[in-house]
Amino acid sequence: MKLLIILVIVLAIIALVQLTKVYDLTRSLRKTREEEITPADNKMNANLMLVWMIVFFIGTIVLYGKYHTYLPDSASEHGKDVDWLMDLNLWMITIMFFIMNAMLFLTAWKFHYKKDRKAKFFAHDNRLEMIWTGIPGVAMAFIIVFGLITWNKITGPASAEAIQVEVYSKQFDWTVRYAGDNKTFGASSFNLISTDNALGLVTREKIQSKLTEIDAEIETVKKQIEENKKLPVMPDSYIETLQDKIFRLQRHKQRILDLNENKTATGLSDWESGADDRIAKGEMHLPVGKEVEFIFRSQDVIHSAYMPHFRAQMNAVPGVPTRFKMTPIITTKEMRKKLGDDKFDYILLCNKVCGAAHFNMQMTVIIDSPEDYATWLAKQKTFVAEEKKEEPAAKSDTTATAMNNMGANAVVAAK
Amino acid sequence: MGATSEHGHGNDHHGHHHHEESWVRKYIFSEDHKMISKQFLITAIFMGIVAVMLSIFFRLQLGWPGEKFGVLNFFLGDKWAPEGVLDRNAYLALVTIHGTIMVFFVLTGGLSGTFANLLIPLQVGARDMASGFLNMLSYWAFAISSVIMIASLFVEGGAASGGWTVYPPLSALPQAMPGSGTGMTLWLVSMVFFIASSLLGGLNYIVTIINLRTKGMSMTRLPLTIWALLVTAILGVLSFPVLVSAVVLLLMDRSFGTAFYLSDIYIQGEALDVTGGSPLLFQHLFWFLGHPEVYIVLLPALGISSEIIATNSRKPIFGYKAMIGSILAIGFLSFIVWGHHMFVTGMNPFLGSVFVFTTLLIAIPSAVKGFNYITTLYQGNIRFTPGMLFSIGLVSTFLTGGLTGIILADSALDVNVHDTYFVVAHFHIVMGMSAIFGMLGGVYHWFPKMFGKMMNNKLGYVHFWLTLVCGYGVFFPMHFVGMAGAPRRYYDYSEFPFLDWVMNLNPIISVFAIVGAAAQILFLINFFHSIFYGQAATQNPWASNTLEWTTPVKHLHGNWPGAIPEVHRWAYDYSNPEHEEDFVPQVVPMKPGEHAH
Repeated sequence: MKLLIILVIVLAIIALVQLTKVYDLTRSLRKTREEEITPADNKMNANLMLVWMIVFFIGTIVLYGKYHTYLPDSASEHGKDVDWLMDLNLWMITIMFFIMNAMLFLTAWKFHYKKDRKAKFFAHDNRLEMIWTGIPGVAMAFIIVFGLITWNKITGPASAEAIQVEVYSKQFDWTVRYAGDNKTFGASSFNLISTDNALGLVTREKIQSKLTEIDAEIETVKKQIEENKKLPVMPDSYIETLQDKIFRLQRHKQRILDLNENKTATGLSDWESGADDRIAKGEMHLPVGKEVEFIFRSQDVIHSAYMPHFRAQMNAVPGVPTRFKMTPIITTKEMRKKLGDDKFDYILLCNKVCGAAHFNMQMTVIIDSPEDYATWLAKQKTFVAEEKKEEPAAKSDTTATAMNNMGANAVVAAK
Repeated sequence: MGATSEHGHGNDHHGHHHHEESWVRKYIFSEDHKMISKQFLITAIFMGIVAVMLSIFFRLQLGWPGEKFGVLNFFLGDKWAPEGVLDRNAYLALVTIHGTIMVFFVLTGGLSGTFANLLIPLQVGARDMASGFLNMLSYWAFAISSVIMIASLFVEGGAASGGWTVYPPLSALPQAMPGSGTGMTLWLVSMVFFIASSLLGGLNYIVTIINLRTKGMSMTRLPLTIWALLVTAILGVLSFPVLVSAVVLLLMDRSFGTAFYLSDIYIQGEALDVTGGSPLLFQHLFWFLGHPEVYIVLLPALGISSEIIATNSRKPIFGYKAMIGSILAIGFLSFIVWGHHMFVTGMNPFLGSVFVFTTLLIAIPSAVKGFNYITTLYQGNIRFTPGMLFSIGLVSTFLTGGLTGIILADSALDVNVHDTYFVVAHFHIVMGMSAIFGMLGGVYHWFPKMFGKMMNNKLGYVHFWLTLVCGYGVFFPMHFVGMAGAPRRYYDYSEFPFLDWVMNLNPIISVFAIVGAAAQILFLINFFHSIFYGQAATQNPWASNTLEWTTPVKHLHGNWPGAIPEVHRWAYDYSNPEHEEDFVPQVVPMKPGEHAH
């Protein structure tokens, strides 16, 4: 099969080369020169310009006809402004597209070479230049003004009543955190991330358990070095790697000890206020008609939270929290009815390349009535409850890590 | 502006005694600008073939996801295309390297390298570049970087896979994806060589244009190609050093444990020991080059098409001074618009507003150029040479693609189409197609000057029409895919039911891409066949005004056998009513009482 394909390609190329040769021969017989474009060729290309213009325009109209409802009506408040502006811009550039391309192709078609015609010597005209500097200038002024009005609305500060929702990304999923009853997020730090604390929330217990974990790890590595000293099987460079690992763990420990506790408006500190934070995975519920302020964080690389149905997008950048606010206005149920599609769901998808599974890093967004939202939220686990429930598991986890380390060591030693 | 005459005559000995050069000095380590230009062109054609093939590979996956293709397995092997289905990591590597090669190696190195080297000395009336030696180094740095970039396709873990913009932390952390290992290191090393090549070339171009113009060749008599290449070189010299610093800092983050771009990262079960950096710093540095880069790619193509359209319309280019003004304006503005790539990165919204303003200003000089092209064609006497067809095609893609830029420049609208196929459509039409059309048009037009032979017109016609139709066939529908919310750089869209209804466009796009790529074989046959068997060229086949057509068909080291000709008029005296002929070369003295332009 492969051979066949290659054979066909090779034969096709040979055939083309032969054709070219035949053409070259006939040309040298007729004594025509390449640079002298024959009237027939000029005419043909001029007509093709016209044909292409018509095909191009019909194709464009067909595509517009079929795909002009590119997304359903905006499900967010600011999205209505965005759609209005988008329509205005699309109309403007589409009209300009037709005018400019028609001018170009019609001119090219009409003024093709004729032997007895001399082109008009027309080098410049200040009045014309003024017109086509001025008109785009005025058009741009309008676009800029309308654009910036909308942009300022989108990016202005969120109101005090806005619900704050943290959207946390990592390769390759999304987690959502709600501030809980005290309406204040607890502090978080990447230094405290572990299997039982995926968002790295800061509480005294978490700090303690992480420190214990690190100490245990340091001990394990130290033991490895000791063992190697007794019975030197590994090269010095390996010992250096282990020592380096100890330094890194010590620095990690220091970073945890350096964490500061801050007072918040609720009277609790930010190490305490996270206890009632509610964490959800795979689905994000939001109430209809309430302003929501997202705070995006990332654990590893840059991701981008893109919600096309809400005309909303913001990157999630490690180390730099970002914000975006919006007000959902159509519930999932209403939208399903509107579209006649029972399975429709709003979606949040990753829109900044982040690795192999980037193309499927998504989360369902569900817009509820305020009552449904409250019911759903109450069912989500609070951080502390989750922690208590998983505490035994966490312990065995630490042991597992230690065992893993020893296992890895055994493998290395065996080599 | 007669200061250059001294130089011209001082160099005269060059043209007279001709010492035989060894084969290696003539064809490999040549210091002759015409040979270097051919070296750039042939290297760029090779890189272009690679990049087009890569794009066909991933178009197969996008058009028919999960389908088995023997051809994928044949080229990529069992590791990257097991049983003929493209691997997810390989998909990202293909996309990344396709973009990198096209933007840098074909459209920057290839386009500027070929035409700046060929045209600058010939059109300003110089014996050679200001420094032939630096020029040679420029090519060889380019060749080395090309080899490294191609080599990176074959390393363990695959080539760089974070997109051609290589945003850290993804590109900085080998544990983030396989492509961020050795492949990424090679990508960065290759870019360092590439930038060295661009800088050596750019400095040489600037110095040659400013200092080595022949007697009478004032700045306002320069052909627009030279103006475009001058501004391109200035943009490159000012912006590439910023990219090199971005690249070197990234190398240090990867290899020496620094944290310029990294902070607060937990990956693969480990909290990294790096704090205090910012991933956004890289984006600012990258796009400070990245946006001027768009015009580094585009301006030479616009210069080439200005020249070809004027010559083949048999009319002066309309609004010569306005054209220069718009080149300068575009060049200047391109430095203060980079933030429009970063509207949704969390950059201060007020800063975003400023970038909206500056970006939309670029529409004005661009519109001026568009109208001037059309007015040049108007009431002309158009000869449809293949070069002319590609130049007219360029005007169409430049206008069509430029218009969608208005939407992307508007931050409020960009939020919803950022990083979607709308962007892919926009820049492939305005930058990709336009620049490729400029390059192909330039090759057809100056082929007689480069190789002393004519290319075959008939094949050129078929090549052009297939390329135009397929190019639009590929990229135009992508606008609608993007507006429906389809993100770019996705391996597969089947997980998103809301996109199903636009995804039926994908197989059509892929078919256009395959046919369009096949059409390029016509060009390759025409190109290589004509080098050896083409009709012998005459000295001035297109009846053109500019100086390069006063040199003999057979290449001389030093370009002119005698003294360098003196220039008496601008480059665009086509169909001047004060003359019989429909063209008046720049070397023809003014008639008594004739009006200069």
